[in-house]
Order: sequence, then C-alpha cells, then structure tokens
Amino acid sequence: VNKYSTGVGRIWVAVVFMFRLLVYVAAAEDIWKYEHDEFECNIKQPGCENVCFDHFFPVSHIRLWALQLITVSTPSLLVVFHVAYRENREKHHNQKLYRNPGEIDGGLLCTYLISFILKIGFEIVFLVLFYKLYNGFKIPHLVKCDMRPCPSSVDCYISKPTEKMIFLYFLVATSCLCIILNLSELTYLIFK
Amino acid sequence: DWGTLHTILGGVNKHSTSIGKIWLTVLFIFRIMILVVAAEKVWGDEQQDFVCNTLQPGCRNVCYDHFFPISHIRLWALQLIFVSTPALLVAMHVAYRRHEKKRQFRKGDQKCEYKDIEEIRRQRFRIEGSLWWTYTSSIFFRLIFEAVFMYAFYFMYDGFRMPRLMKCSAWPCPNTVDCFVSRPTEKTVFTIFMIAVSSICILLNVAELCYLLTKFFLRRSKKAGNSKQQPNHENKEETKQNEMNELISDSCQNTVIGFSS
Repeated sequence: VNKYSTGVGRIWVAVVFMFRLLVYVAAAEDIWKYEHDEFECNIKQPGCENVCFDHFFPVSHIRLWALQLITVSTPSLLVVFHVAYRENREKHHNQKLYRNPGEIDGGLLCTYLISFILKIGFEIVFLVLFYKLYNGFKIPHLVKCDMRPCPSSVDCYISKPTEKMIFLYFLVATSCLCIILNLSELTYLIFK
Repeated sequence: DWGTLHTILGGVNKHSTSIGKIWLTVLFIFRIMILVVAAEKVWGDEQQDFVCNTLQPGCRNVCYDHFFPISHIRLWALQLIFVSTPALLVAMHVAYRRHEKKRQFRKGDQKCEYKDIEEIRRQRFRIEGSLWWTYTSSIFFRLIFEAVFMYAFYFMYDGFRMPRLMKCSAWPCPNTVDCFVSRPTEKTVFTIFMIAVSSICILLNVAELCYLLTKFFLRRSKKAGNSKQQPNHENKEETKQNEMNELISDSCQNTVIGFSS
C-alpha cells in the first residue's frame, strides 16, 4: 500500500503501526497468556472462579487489541484494490487511460479519504470500547465478586495488574498517535 | 515478529557506517537472538513457579505483582523495539529520496542517465546533507533510549541481582510471607549479560556519533579552505550550485561510494 500513499506521512504511519505490532507480538501477548489460570478467588467453591472471570473479562484485553490492529489495517486494502482495479482496466482496454495508475486523483482520492476516515473511526471506536468495558484504563489487583455459585462476596485477584496497565497505557498512547498522524495526512490530502 | 524487524534493518545496513554495521550485528546476534532463543524460556514460567509460603489464595498474585511491576523480559523486548525504531527513520529517509529520484526519472528531468529504474532502486546514498542529520539524530535517539531503559531497569530492580527469597506482607497475605523466585541464578546471569551487551551498544553508538561529527567538521574545514582560495566575489548561490553539481556528478558515476564495509 505504501507505494501509493503520500510521501512522508505514509512512512510515519507505517513506523508507528509496525511499532505497535512488534510490541503486541513480542511483549504483550505473553502477559495475558495465563490470565485465566492465574486468576484466583479466595474460595474453594467450584465454578466460582470461572463465573467471576467471565463476569469481569467478557472479552480479554489482548483479544480486543488484536482486533483493533486488524480492523485498523484493513482500510488500506481498499486503496490497494482500487489501484489494482485501475491497472486491470488499463490492461483490459489496451490503452493508456490514466496518466499513472498510482497517482492520487479523482476516484482514487475518494478511496484514500474514505480509508483514512475509516481508520480514524475504528481507532476511536476501539478506544471507547476499552474505556466502557473496563471502566477506564485501570486494572485493579482485587475485584469483589458475588455471582452465583459464589456463596457471598468473594475476593478475586487478578494476575500481573501493573504490567497489564503499563501495556494498556502504551496501547492508548500509540492509538492516539496513530489518530493524530492519520488526521494530519487527511488534512494534507484535502488541502493539496 | 523479529523476522520482519530483521528484513527492515537489513535494508538500513546498506546505508550505515562501518561502526553502524557492527552495532547492527551486535544487536541481532547478542541481543535479539539471545532474547528469543534463551531468555524467553528462562522467564517463561516465572509466575507459575513463583511460590509463596502460604495457602492463602491471592497472596501469590499480589506479591508477584508487587515485586515485578514489569517483567525483565518485557523490558528488554521494549528496549530492543525502541532502540531499533530510529533506524526505521533512516530507512524512511532513504526510501523518500529514492521515491523523489524515481519521480524525476519518470518526468525525464534527471540530468544524468540511469539505465533504468532498477539502478535507482539499487543505488546507495552517501551520508551527507539531510540524510546526515537524520542518521545522526537516529543515533542520538538510540543512545537516549538505551540509557533510559538501563536506568529504568536499575531503578525498578535495585541493582541487577535477582534475589532468591523475597519477603512480602501485602494484603491478603496474613503476615510477612516468604516468596521464592524461580531460577534466580540463571536470571541473574542473563541479566548481567544483557546489561553488558547494552553497555557495548552504548559505547558503539557514542563512537559512531563522534566519528560522524569529526567527518562533518573535517569536511566543513576542507570546504572553508577551498573557498578561501577562490575569489571573494563568488557569491553563495554559485557555491551552492557547484556543490549540487558535484553531488549529482558523484551519484551519476555510480562508483561504490559511502564507507567501506
């Protein structure tokens, strides 16, 4: 996709994205690996731990993160497909229809703008989702649970809360940085 | 994953100084490979085998979190990622220059003849002009990141030793409880190793920075010496144009420029 994007902007976006991806794969995945096994409740009642874990973590942070990375990179495919379509059309008609299939004009500009808006939209959606699902970006080390079959209010302990919080903040920071970069590229394209 | 990083940094390798190439090699063989092949296994079972002398549920989780806010292995992974990122800046600058040259070539503007676009793609740029600034600032940032992470490491873990036994009295542990770390000696060995390689990398970066600065000042003084011999009424525009012509003719000759590997 990078071949068809604007000069400096594309590279910054790529760098930040690669950075996020690297951190996710190299560091973050391992932290959440045993989150269910290490989630401990102060009770012997079978089933209580499972129910409490499910109540507090409907979708795990790490899965949301992965989904975010995937959905945010998908709009770039729109641009790739459009350019491929243009090149295909040129080949089919056997004449030069466009000055340069990769040049940003007309329909391709529209596709670009849509892809940027979608990217920004998805980032914001996921940030809001994180915030709403987990009551902010904090991870407590103790949660109180009183779902059945737990007999009464039970203390449940989350594993590695500090480390998870650090990486969550990292996720939010890089997400915001990506939003700002995409916005600046969008305005640059509009004003060109 | 680390493979992608390798391919990208390999591209940077072509445009680095010889010290830069040594740094890249040290980075890959002694840090990334060791991290992936050995260190990750040593820290793999760290919380499973972190045992506290109590049956109280939750005590282990709380004590582990208290003593290891962020695990060594994650700190190193972050350090490596941060340290490799400035090199991407250099790769991006080179790619941008190539892109511009290709655009000029397509327009038919290029004064000298490249046989085809493949030559532009394979060409190796000299580290001067704006590329010098990008390269130097990337080394500077590398240094800063390395130093920050070393300091953070030392600050968080009170030195570089991994103790065998830690006393923990965080709630819900009933009173002061003994907690035992798994594989403390092996972890200490790897910690010291990673710190040592980190220091070597810092030294290499400092050396490279000095090298680039000396070259810059030498080049400047040589130009100042040359211009003193020329007549004084030659204005700045002409000298700039001469420099540019020099640069273009340099790149046109397509000699193996840059620094020897």
